[in-house]
Amino acid sequence: MGGGITLYHFLTLSLILFSLGMYCVLSRRNAIGILMGVELILNSANINYLAFSFYGGHRYDGQIFAIFVIMLAAAEAVIGLAVVLTIYQNFKTIDVDATESLSG
Amino acid sequence: MRPRAGQGVVAQVVFYLLAALTVGSSMMVAFSRNIVYSTFSLLGAFMGVVGIYILLAADFVAMVQLLVYVGGILVLTLFAVMLTQGIADVTVSNRAVGVVPSLITVIVAGGVMVFAVFHTPWQQSHEAMTSGPTTYAIGNAFLGEYVLPFEVASLVLLAALIGAIVISRQDRPA
Repeated sequence: MGGGITLYHFLTLSLILFSLGMYCVLSRRNAIGILMGVELILNSANINYLAFSFYGGHRYDGQIFAIFVIMLAAAEAVIGLAVVLTIYQNFKTIDVDATESLSG
Repeated sequence: MRPRAGQGVVAQVVFYLLAALTVGSSMMVAFSRNIVYSTFSLLGAFMGVVGIYILLAADFVAMVQLLVYVGGILVLTLFAVMLTQGIADVTVSNRAVGVVPSLITVIVAGGVMVFAVFHTPWQQSHEAMTSGPTTYAIGNAFLGEYVLPFEVASLVLLAALIGAIVISRQDRPA
């Protein structure tokens, strides 16, 4: 192979992206910021799918799963943002620390 | 045997440029204190990922990513940001709290994943994947082997559509 781009390059990139997304989800207090972190995590998962599909053989299963992930990410974003807008109408804020009326 | 995409010097340069764009934009998303900057940085992250997909010979997935993420999710996110923040109070709108516990969790989880990535003997094919158009094969798979998940996906999208309308409408019945 000799210095070309290997599977590990893509896995490392995906790892970095996942870590950043996870940090975003854990540390943000803005609900939309948390949703952005989720999008980063889903993108990193997709990079993994496509990298395994590319380096692992001739089948297209990885690409098809990536398309399903993109579809579910779209549904997640739509529902998540609708919930965020409803929270904003009721609480006048989307800070997830301020919306704790479910805590006992 | 065709050479793999990713063997030439040009491919390496392109990979590192795309990776830098993706990681830089993602860091901006994760660390920026302004939610509007975060949202616009998400554009760079998504575009970098599109380039990575093309480098991985997934042209159809790359175009789907471009249409759905950049054309759909990003615009939707921007709308939500503008509707919930207002234009005036965007200066410190993306507060980060619990930075140290978050960093510790991320470092521990990342360490586990680094171990998993570099200690697993990944099964790799030694032949190059053809880098021609993938649309034909993907379409055949969707209407053949994967027809049931494909139909369930359309139901999921319909449910999401109706659910979003029900959740976000203004006049709710008592």
